[in-house]
Amino acid sequence: MRISADQGRCLGAGQCVLSAPDRFDQSELGLVEVLDPEVPEGDEQRFRDILDLCPSQALSLEA
Amino acid sequence: MSVLPEYPQARSCPFHPASGYADYAPVSKVRLYNGREVWAVTGHAEARQVLLDPATYSSDRVHPHYPALAPRFESARKVRNFIGMDPPEHTAQRRMLLSSFTVKRTNALRPRIQTLVDGLLDEIEAKGPVADLVPDFALPVPSIVICELLGVPYADHAFFEHQSRRVVTGSTTLEESADAFAQLKAYLDELIQRKQREPGDGLLDTLIAEQVATGGLTRAELVDIALLLLVAGHETTASAIALGVVTLLEHPHQLAALRSDPRLLPTAVEELLRFMAIADGIARFATADADLAGHRVRAGDGVVVVIATANRDGEAFPSPAAFAVDRGARHHVSFGHGVHQCIGQNLARAEMEIALGTLFRRLPGLRLARDLADLPIKEAGGVQGVWELPVTW
Repeated sequence: MRISADQGRCLGAGQCVLSAPDRFDQSELGLVEVLDPEVPEGDEQRFRDILDLCPSQALSLEA
Repeated sequence: MSVLPEYPQARSCPFHPASGYADYAPVSKVRLYNGREVWAVTGHAEARQVLLDPATYSSDRVHPHYPALAPRFESARKVRNFIGMDPPEHTAQRRMLLSSFTVKRTNALRPRIQTLVDGLLDEIEAKGPVADLVPDFALPVPSIVICELLGVPYADHAFFEHQSRRVVTGSTTLEESADAFAQLKAYLDELIQRKQREPGDGLLDTLIAEQVATGGLTRAELVDIALLLLVAGHETTASAIALGVVTLLEHPHQLAALRSDPRLLPTAVEELLRFMAIADGIARFATADADLAGHRVRAGDGVVVVIATANRDGEAFPSPAAFAVDRGARHHVSFGHGVHQCIGQNLARAEMEIALGTLFRRLPGLRLARDLADLPIKEAGGVQGVWELPVTW
């Protein structure tokens, strides 16, 4: 699975950066940037929980 | 016909939701101060459902269907900024501000916040007990920080803190809130005009240069945005710091756990946010018919999402009434949810962590100088917390 980010939906709350600073950052404009999209096998639920915290639903998991 | 329960209801303990809300779960009809009947959404899943769907549940404060939860919300209809707008209008305005509120930018403010907190505690220690931590500590920390961030002179703090209190307090009358909004608008309009002549280096100056000068915002629009950032930037966090002190002191085992492992500070702050729910409720109105927990919501119906009870929903938080500094749950809705989730949340976290962490480290014998039951609680329908916080050490 891979993390997919939609900057068009992002509203810069920063929940993703708080949850996994090694995976997410914010651009100069304050919009989400995925540093490493690969989700290791067995880690899917952890990332679903992280993605679920995104208030603007800008993040998803893709096969 | 039976009489509907009222919303809002006053808290009898400053860190617990009003007990009367327990009967509403998860969605039921309540009556507002003006007699209007609206839906109260007290469940966590239902709260998220409403807050994640701005197309169905509008935030448009100007619209007559938007419910006034207290008289001051009628005056707030004259203040137009992104908190009271729907996408795409909301999105465009919020995006102008995002770069100033990223995790990185707010973390860069931490050394300054630490210096500020240290200085205030030096003064408190020098004066000796009893200290009232509301005016001496909880209020100046966020007030000075938001002034520096926006480029508002802190010298004017007595004025804007007083007027801000009037626009976030549940018992404020229609006339008082109209006057307070008008005074804040006039003050900020004058400040922005002054900045147009003599630019400074705050966020307001950036917005003047990047937006007002290029036609992205009118001066009047910037005044209304500045009003929101200034008021929401200090009054809520001040309440959270003061009530955070009370909550930790009233849960001595949890405070001891935090003291023995300061690395718990971020999760302790997150748990305080969930547990205290400083913003008691958030209003919306339905733009279309919708199903909500088996109820048929009709277009035009008012809705109030009750943050305080959504955060205590046992389906979402095991043992929800327990305050546990190591809970580690971030899915509370204290900053709201959806596109309107608080833009300043990471600044609030930083301020709470530094203020509370430093206070309890520097004053290990800290205790209330008055019984919890005798602390004056903020009125229903506004920012929650305590008006005074006398402590000794």
